[in-house]
Amino acid sequence: MSILNYLVLSGILFSIGAVAVIVRRNAIVAFMGVELMLNAANLTLVTFARMHGDLTGQVIAFFVMVVAAAEVVIGLAIIVSIFRTRGSASLDDASLLKS
Amino acid sequence: MSLDLAAIGIVAIPLLSAGLLLVLGRRTDAWGHWLGVVASTISAVLAFVILFGLLGRGAEDRAVDVHLFSWIPAGDLSVDAGFLLDPLSATFLMLITFVGTLIHVYAVAYMEHDDDRRRFFAYLNLFIAAMLILVLADSFALLFVGWEGVGLASYLLIGFWNQRTEYAVAAKKAFVMNRVGDMGLIIAMGAMFASIGSVEFADVFAAAPELSEGWATAIGIALLIGACGKSAQFPLQAWLGDAMAGPTPVSALIHAATMVTAGVYLVVRSGVIFEASPTAQLLVVIVGAITLLFGAIVGCAKDDIKKALAASTMSQIGYMMLAAGLGPVGYAFAIFHLLTHGFFKAGMFLGAGSVMHGMNDEVNMRGFGGLSKYMKITWITFGLGWLAIIGFPGLSGFWSKDKIIEAAFVGEGWQPWVFGTVTLLAAGITAFYMSRLFFMTFHGKARWNDGDNGLPGPVQHPHESPLLMTVPMIVLSVGSLGLGGFLMLGDRFFSWLEPVTGHVEHHEPVIPIPVIMGATIVLMVVGVLLAWRQYWASAVPITPPTGSVLTRAARRDLYQDSVNEATFARPGTHLVRTLTYADTAVVDGAVNGLGSGAVGLGERLRKMQNGHVRSYAALMSVGVVLVLAIVLAARI
Repeated sequence: MSILNYLVLSGILFSIGAVAVIVRRNAIVAFMGVELMLNAANLTLVTFARMHGDLTGQVIAFFVMVVAAAEVVIGLAIIVSIFRTRGSASLDDASLLKS
Repeated sequence: MSLDLAAIGIVAIPLLSAGLLLVLGRRTDAWGHWLGVVASTISAVLAFVILFGLLGRGAEDRAVDVHLFSWIPAGDLSVDAGFLLDPLSATFLMLITFVGTLIHVYAVAYMEHDDDRRRFFAYLNLFIAAMLILVLADSFALLFVGWEGVGLASYLLIGFWNQRTEYAVAAKKAFVMNRVGDMGLIIAMGAMFASIGSVEFADVFAAAPELSEGWATAIGIALLIGACGKSAQFPLQAWLGDAMAGPTPVSALIHAATMVTAGVYLVVRSGVIFEASPTAQLLVVIVGAITLLFGAIVGCAKDDIKKALAASTMSQIGYMMLAAGLGPVGYAFAIFHLLTHGFFKAGMFLGAGSVMHGMNDEVNMRGFGGLSKYMKITWITFGLGWLAIIGFPGLSGFWSKDKIIEAAFVGEGWQPWVFGTVTLLAAGITAFYMSRLFFMTFHGKARWNDGDNGLPGPVQHPHESPLLMTVPMIVLSVGSLGLGGFLMLGDRFFSWLEPVTGHVEHHEPVIPIPVIMGATIVLMVVGVLLAWRQYWASAVPITPPTGSVLTRAARRDLYQDSVNEATFARPGTHLVRTLTYADTAVVDGAVNGLGSGAVGLGERLRKMQNGHVRSYAALMSVGVVLVLAIVLAARI
C-alpha cells in the first residue's frame, strides 16, 4: 500500500473533524470533531514513523493520546458544568467573551 | 547718603509701597492712600538728594553708574542691570517725583469717595517706580522694563473704573497701541545687538558714530516707532484721547506730565544714533511737526475739557519731538519744554479735575461758563497754566516754546522754512484753542442749570475744591509762572544738561530772532482775540453747531480711528479669522483625523471579537491554511 492512502485518509478525517468543529453547534459534537482531528494527526505520525522506520513518531502518537485523554476529561467537565448552569450545550450561547 | 543708595531707594520705596498695598488689600483701606503719598514723598526727597549730589560735583563728573547685578549673562549677550545718574536722568527724577507727589496729594481728596482709593494709590506708586526705572536705566534692556511697567500702570489706571465698558475698551486700546510702539523698541534692541553687540547705553553710544548709515537709520526708525507709541505721536496717537477715561490725576500725571514724554526722553537719550542718520532725524522732525498741527487742530474742536487738554498734550509733545529731531541744537530745548510743560499741563489737568469736582463730573465745556466767580483758586491757577502754554511773555511756556521755534528756524535749505512756519503757526493755534478752553469754562455766561435759569441738565452748585486739591494746583501754577524764567537765568539749565546733550555753538536762525519773537507774540494775541470774540464776547451755543467740514473732522480726531479701523483693525480681524479657520480645518483636521481613523479601525476590528467559539475556530483554520499555502508557495 502506498503511503499516500494513509495521508489522504488522515486528511479526510482531519477535514471532517474541522468541519464538525466549525459547523456544529452542539458542544459534544464539536468536541468529537476535535478528537477526530487529533486522531487524524496521530495517523499521520504513525504513517511517517512506519515510513522512516523510526519509533519517535509512534512515541509522539502516544503522547497525543495521553494529552487527548486529559483534555477530554477537562473538556467534558466544563461542558457538563456549563450545561448544568445554563441548561444548554450550544456553543453559540457561551459567548460571554465578546466585547 | 551715597548716591548709589539714593538711586536704589528712589525706585525701591514706591515699588515696595505698591506691593504692600496690593498684597494687603482691603486691610490697608484706612491708611493706604497716605502710605502712597509718603512713599512718593520719600522718592521726591531722594530725588533732591541726587540732584544736589550731582550739582556738588564738577560738570565732568556728573555721571554716576550704579551697577545693580548681572542680569542676563547669556553667551555673547550679557546685560547688566544698572542705573545711570546724569543731569538728564536727574532732571526727569525731579519732574516725576515732584509732580508725582503733588498729584498723589491731590488724589487723596479727589478720590475720596471712591471705594477703591487704596488700589488707585497702589497703581500710582507702581507707575512712579516704573517711570523711575525707565529714566534711570543704563541700558535699553532695563529701560524697556520701565517702559513696559509704565505701560502696565497706564493700562490699569485708564481702566481704573473698568465697570464701565467704554473705559475698559479705552484701556485696552491704549495698551494695544502701545504694544505696536514697543515692538519698535524691541526691534531697535535687536538691531543694536546685531550691529553693535550690546544694548548698554555706554557701548551703544560709543559705537554709534561708526555705525553704517543703514544700521543707524534702521535703529533710529525703530526707536522712533517706540517713541511714537508711548508719546502718542502720529501715526500712533489715537489712544491718548480715549485715555482720558482714567481718573483726572492719572491724566495729569501719566498722560500729560511724565509717561507720554518718555518718547522724547528716548529720542534725546539716543541722540547719538539719530545724529548718525540724517534720514531718521528728519523723520523725527516730520513726525513731530505733523503731530504738532494734528493735535492743535483736534484741540480746537473738542468740547470735552479733558480731551481738549489731551489734544493739546499731543501737540506740545509734537513740539518736543520736533526739537529732539533737530539734533544737538534742539535736545536741551526739548527737555526744557518737557519740564515746563510737565508743570503747566499737570496744573491745568488738576484744574480741570477741580472743575469736574465742583460740577458733578461734567466734562462738556458747553455746559460750563462763568465759573471764575465760583472757584477763584482754580480759576487763577488754571489761568497761569493757560498763560504759560500760550507763551505769554515771561511765563514758563514762553521761554521754552520760543526756544524751540527759534531752533526750528535754524538750518539750511527748505527745512527751516517749513518747520519754522509750522511751529509758528501752531503757536497761534495753541493760543486759540487754549483760550477757547479757558473762556468756555471760566468766562462768558453760565450755561449750566443753577436751579432757576431754566437750562437743561442737573442743578449744579459749583464750589471750590478742598485744600488738599488746591495746594498742589497752587504749587504747580507757581512752576508755570516762574520755572521757565528761573531755569533760563544765565542759561543754567542748558549748561546743566550740556554733559548729556553736548555743547553747541549758537546758530543764527534764517530770520532774525526779534522778528520770530515778535511774530510769535502777534500770532498768540491774534489767537487769543479770536477765541475771545467767539467764546467770551458772544454766547456759546449749548448744543454744538454742525460746523465746517474741518470742525466735524476734528471732532472725530481727523478720522484717525476710522483710518486705523479700515487699514489695520478690519484686515487684522480677517487675517485672524482665516488663520483660525486654517488652524481648525488643516492642523486640527489632520490630528483629529488620525485619531478618528484609529478609532474607526478599532471599531471594525472589534466586530470580529464576537465571542463565538466557532467563528474563532473558523478564522484560525483559514489562517493556518493561508500560512501553509504561503509557506508551500514559497517552497515551490
